[in-house]
Amino acid sequence: MPIALYRIDDRLIHGQVVVGWGQPLELGFLVLVDDEVAASEWEQELYRMGVPPEMSVQFYTVTDAAAHLPELQKRPETGIVLVGDIGTMRRLVEQSDGRIRAVNVGGVHHAAGRVQRLRFVFLTPAEEQGLRDIAALGVDVSAQDVPSARPVPLGELLASTTGT
Amino acid sequence: MSSDTCKRMMSDGDACVNTTTDTDVAPATIRAIVAGHGSFASGIISAVEQITGKGASFLAMSNTGLGLDDIQETLARALDHSGAHVIFTDLPAGSCTMAVRRMMRARPGVLLVTGINLSTLLDFAMQDASDPVVAVNAALERGRVSMAVYGA
Repeated sequence: MPIALYRIDDRLIHGQVVVGWGQPLELGFLVLVDDEVAASEWEQELYRMGVPPEMSVQFYTVTDAAAHLPELQKRPETGIVLVGDIGTMRRLVEQSDGRIRAVNVGGVHHAAGRVQRLRFVFLTPAEEQGLRDIAALGVDVSAQDVPSARPVPLGELLASTTGT
Repeated sequence: MSSDTCKRMMSDGDACVNTTTDTDVAPATIRAIVAGHGSFASGIISAVEQITGKGASFLAMSNTGLGLDDIQETLARALDHSGAHVIFTDLPAGSCTMAVRRMMRARPGVLLVTGINLSTLLDFAMQDASDPVVAVNAALERGRVSMAVYGA
């Protein structure tokens, strides 16, 4: 089973991921890609305790995740790769030799300088460009918070001003 | 909706929800914060209010529309504003729970109870235990034993 989702979500491991996606996908493992978390045992323990016993979680830097991607994609269980921001996903895609075909924008919440595009997506101009850069590498980029929602394609996402 | 009511809803994402029914009564001491997804916190507090009249003992917070840092900041403000040391959350893997656990590193006196149900909160609301550790453990046990399946 290939990795089901390459997700950008600033909450990283949380209810939507573990329950909302995890249960219907019968998720076996999570890969949290974050240079800071990968360097902090305490942070890793925090996230590990948020994961139910039937799931495993691995922590990688961007460089290590890209290096391990071929073996992760061959694992028999379903997995989700999580990053906390668009810049991290862009770096991961750039280092992954075309192995990532689709990216899910799952949650980028309100912060100074960001404009609301969807209920769960707020972007700065630089982040919008980051998503365009990812798409320019041949990756299908769409926004979708939970499995039951409609995936919103990148063009529609960046044109949206409704916040719905 | 009174300004006091709005102060009791510490979220940027949701509308304020009334947690009191008698605005003539002096504001009660907030004993705990309830944080969770969507309208979980305001909803469960409204149920406590309906059953016991003690909904004003709790401050509701929703994670709707908030990133992890914002959730943590909102919770920290709620603790400072209320003077409470107890936080109830809805889901062990939820973002509110993760934010509280991260915050507890710098606030060792904070107590977190996660995975709560209405029985948990009712028990806490009705207790007068002065020791919060005793209070939350009793509430936790009451919540656990309240769950049952009939007809299986």
